[in-house]
Amino acid sequence: MSTNRKSYHPFASPHDPCPPQTIKTYETPPNLYLGFQPPGLEQFPPFEALKKGTLWPALYSPYSSPYKDDKKG
Amino acid sequence: MWLYEKKLQYPVKVSTCNPKLAKFLIEQYGGADGELAAALRYLNQRYTIPDKVIGLLTDIGTEEFAHLEMIATMVYKLTKDATPEQLKEAGLGAHYANHDKALFYENAAGDPFTTTYIQAKGDPIADLYEDIAAEEKARATYQWIINMSDDPFINDALKFLREREVVHSQRFREAVEILKEEQGKKKYF
Ligand SMILES: [Fe+2]
Repeated sequence: MSTNRKSYHPFASPHDPCPPQTIKTYETPPNLYLGFQPPGLEQFPPFEALKKGTLWPALYSPYSSPYKDDKKG
Repeated sequence: MWLYEKKLQYPVKVSTCNPKLAKFLIEQYGGADGELAAALRYLNQRYTIPDKVIGLLTDIGTEEFAHLEMIATMVYKLTKDATPEQLKEAGLGAHYANHDKALFYENAAGDPFTTTYIQAKGDPIADLYEDIAAEEKARATYQWIINMSDDPFINDALKFLREREVVHSQRFREAVEILKEEQGKKKYF
């Protein structure tokens, strides 16, 4: 399965005014990879699906602020 | 025509009176990539798109109104008990001068909603690509707001809304595949 978050290391100059962010991230949700959804995919149980916002684990994209934790997506 | 269910698509709870967060959330109410723009964009495109994907636009356009209602509820709850002084501190002084605590279709910077946010090119592929982009932009807006918000209840609902944008984007991508018609005989469900 694809990962939800990718990262890169931008150039940082010693003369930058703010302390450099050595790593920057961006989100790559599963809809970028799934293609036309194939039939017969696994489903969440109904209550969990309502809570998560999707019936399909293959389309579930958890998110939390990359500034508040260092959990990789 | 529509049937209305008198409940929210997902429950909206708010932990603290926080008009500053309301000011940011307004971006998703009356901003360029907000829920109003989304609903109006999709429902309007239905008339000039091949039959096979009209239902999708109806479904998603309708759901966007349910999202709009959730955002409205958040903004209302975050501001309803704030004093004019608190609103001023939150950068909502100008809003208060014009609207008191009424909601208004505007973005986070206070620019009023405009239909120029919405495209209707009449070319099915161009319109669906616009819709995909709109969903990704709405997803990003939710990320930026979550990054600024410390309200766990609001963030929970915003994560739900963000997930819906991911699903919508997926369905619009599939709609493009349907219109391309050369993908072999793939089944739509
Ligand atoms: Fe959407």
